[in-house]
Amino acid sequence: MSTTYLIKNVSVVGGTPTDLLLRDGVIADPADAPSDAETVDATGLVALPGLVDLHTHLREPGREDAETVETGTHAAAMGGFTAVHAMANTEPVADTAGVVEQVWRLGREAGYCDVFPVGAVTVGLQGERLAELGAMADSAARVRVFSDDGKCVSDAVLMRRALEYVKAFDGVVAQHAQEPRLTENAQMNEGELSGRLGLAGWPAVAEEAIIARDVLLAEHVGSRLHVCHVSTAGSVELIRWAKGKAAKDGTWDVTAEACPHHLLLTDALAETYDPIYKVNPPLRTAADAEALRAGLADGTIDIVATDHAPHPHEDKDCEWAAAAFGMLGLETALSVVQQTMVDTGLLDWAGVAERMSYAPARIGRISEQHGRPLEVGEPANVVLYDPAASRTVDPAESASLSRNTPYRGMELPGRVVATFLRGRATVLDGKLQ
Amino acid sequence: MPAHPHDTPSPGERVVLDERDISRALTRISHEILERNKGAADLVLLGIPSRGVPLARRIAERIAAVEGYDVPFGSLDVTMYRDDLRMKPARALLPTEIPPGGIDGRTVVLVDDVLFSGRTIRAALDALNDIGRPRAVQLAVLVDRGHRELPIRADFVGKNLPTSLVERVMVTLTGIDDTDAVTISATASEGGLA
Amino acid sequence: MKRHLLSAADLSRDDAELVLTTAAELRELADRPIKKLPALRGRTVVNLFFEDSTRTRISFEAAAKRLSADVINFAAKGSSLSKGESLKDTALTLEAMGADAVVVRHGASGAPHRLAHSGWVRSSVVNAGDGTHEHPTQALLDAFTMSRHLGAGKSGQSLDGRRVAIVGDVLHSRVARSNALLLHTLGAEVTLVAPPTLLPVGVETWPVETSYDLDGVIPKADAVMMLRVQRERMNGGFFPTAREYSRRYGLDGRRMATLQDHTIVMHPGPMVRGMEITADVADSDRSVIVEQVTNGVAVRMAVLYLLLGGSEPAVGGEE
Repeated sequence: MSTTYLIKNVSVVGGTPTDLLLRDGVIADPADAPSDAETVDATGLVALPGLVDLHTHLREPGREDAETVETGTHAAAMGGFTAVHAMANTEPVADTAGVVEQVWRLGREAGYCDVFPVGAVTVGLQGERLAELGAMADSAARVRVFSDDGKCVSDAVLMRRALEYVKAFDGVVAQHAQEPRLTENAQMNEGELSGRLGLAGWPAVAEEAIIARDVLLAEHVGSRLHVCHVSTAGSVELIRWAKGKAAKDGTWDVTAEACPHHLLLTDALAETYDPIYKVNPPLRTAADAEALRAGLADGTIDIVATDHAPHPHEDKDCEWAAAAFGMLGLETALSVVQQTMVDTGLLDWAGVAERMSYAPARIGRISEQHGRPLEVGEPANVVLYDPAASRTVDPAESASLSRNTPYRGMELPGRVVATFLRGRATVLDGKLQ
Repeated sequence: MPAHPHDTPSPGERVVLDERDISRALTRISHEILERNKGAADLVLLGIPSRGVPLARRIAERIAAVEGYDVPFGSLDVTMYRDDLRMKPARALLPTEIPPGGIDGRTVVLVDDVLFSGRTIRAALDALNDIGRPRAVQLAVLVDRGHRELPIRADFVGKNLPTSLVERVMVTLTGIDDTDAVTISATASEGGLA
Repeated sequence: MKRHLLSAADLSRDDAELVLTTAAELRELADRPIKKLPALRGRTVVNLFFEDSTRTRISFEAAAKRLSADVINFAAKGSSLSKGESLKDTALTLEAMGADAVVVRHGASGAPHRLAHSGWVRSSVVNAGDGTHEHPTQALLDAFTMSRHLGAGKSGQSLDGRRVAIVGDVLHSRVARSNALLLHTLGAEVTLVAPPTLLPVGVETWPVETSYDLDGVIPKADAVMMLRVQRERMNGGFFPTAREYSRRYGLDGRRMATLQDHTIVMHPGPMVRGMEITADVADSDRSVIVEQVTNGVAVRMAVLYLLLGGSEPAVGGEE
């Protein structure tokens, strides 16, 4: 029998402190707590539904030197996640039923976090022809999110077809919005600093032009579009406009995500020329970060997604232009959201639960198992979080195989004390179980 | 020349040569240079910056007054030849101006304000070596305060000034400073230290 | 302690003027029978060039040798960009050789900054041109050349109020970036002249004026610096044809006739004759292009001396 946990005196999603009983994988009535239940004193802690990441790079298969499904799900559990969507840009690309099933199975074997593979939109992420989206949808992995993330589906016809095609199985196309010609060799946000540093600029318009096009396409074909890692104020404005239109219409939908690093960090960090701050889309200006926070607060941006992107040391320990794009995110996401959204009064814990659990589960069509309210009878996917704690980020402590966290040396608020996946503690006392 | 005691401008500081003393010393040195070299022909005066340069110019003026002959004079910076270059932060270079006729085959008289350890003069001899081959090199100093660390001596001395190692000898010269004076102080102070 | 020269912005006005006055003294060395000074005896200067640049490399080599330094030339053909040895491993190799200074030319902007600040080497790093970022010693030699022709003030190095037009591909030019910063530091008024496509985003925040109209700017200039424009930029759509570029932004005899009598014409080289500058201008009396090369050695000697000559550097940037 699995351990039964009686969580005492916990603030459920920010509410008045109460008790939670986790038994046989579900949430049960604390009045029924057996005498041998393991008691967790959760005074001062907040219970949130297990977090769901719609945007994780687990690197397996192909780049097991950066991350494996096992180490990536360790990091996810440490960050309070019980479900992650594994992006398709592996080697080989997750563009067939075989690859997505392999990733799905590796996640089940690791057992720290449910892994939902994202399928590639186009064969080999080449942007030329559609991958077998239906086969991936029908596979054991039941893929519902399709993305060429890392690359943009820039061909308008191909994007239209993908949006139309996934309607057959209630899928969603998660677009990496980056106009390729406007970002050739681009290195950082285009602005005063890129000009001064001599790093090729990555204009906001390269993101916004694709988003504008895609929301019009989604409307035209009556489909569901998800916009990955929104990074600019202009993108927020476009999505706000599109959502208004979609809400009136009701036949199509657009959702969007923002990454923790875009909420907290700015392009000023590029001045160090340290590629630990090199990411796609790039860190933008403080005004952009401000607009993202406002968009996340008012629901224009539906969710926080980590874009957790592990890279081996040598891919960052070099000159900026030679370095890989991407940064770790799973273990720091909740802390960054606390700092940027909760401590600033923009979101309460219910808002955090919505944007980091309920909404991403809905978009990924995994709401039957994840992103459920913390009520009796629901799956016991729970994270216990101490918002009063703080810590200085030490890359060496990461559960990820990689160390490329942009927060190294920074003090962040909060700490994940425990994570429960279907009633089993994957993290307890802040330690991986 | 007997020492003339002067009023001390501030406690711990003592003027040992005033404007007139310096003028007389330079006149005497100028005559000694002419006597030693049997005239001014083939002489080149090179002052070591900063304060050796105005001294060289004043000696050249005196020689011109006596002989009616303009002795070529210039400056020789020894910064890059110093043996303590690596012991202090990199220092600004000072002007080196070699007269158009050069120094090959000439008698070069190096001119400096204070002769102390002799290391500056050693550096100057090395510097000269990279510029040409003089027939002879002589040394004129306003003050010789002793404490030599190298086998170097001056040919022409304005004043021998026995000092303690903890004392500082300061030379001020108009053109660079406000007044002409040589003072001794017990502590470090601004100006031309030696 | 200041150890590196990575950007012209590392130099305060006092620093910059010290380099220029030092260079002025060292410039005289060229006229002496023995063109050598002992200041860097026993020090090792490594020229680490990831990009071909014979003129910059030999300029640094001559500068280091005239100061009696040991010089190691390291032409690293394959940077990590092309999957050769990584910048880090190259740096560790140089460190093991006991380099006191690394003069680095690299195609990636910020590579010298990484070299200086990643803990890979302890030596001083001198940026000899990085990507489209900066080329501070080029700016110093340009300022030195200007000061010899246009200089005023007590030290003769002041460029206060002097008008300098920098013309051409500012967007891709490390020379323009460094010059804009340094000339501003020295008090000059800089105008960048280029088609709008070749001016960087954010140039309005630079301490310079900008113009699209060459003919409106150069009659007032005291110095006109022409930048190299690669014909290939045409393929990037930065301008329609080489001919149109030359007509609008090239310096030819007709435009040269509108310059003031004392105005000098400069070019960091290598020139594309017929593109940004015509042969009659490049070879005219106003042209100080050859002198720039001579001055380059003196300026680089000054930089190496001031960084390495003493127990600690006399100029430069941060820790």
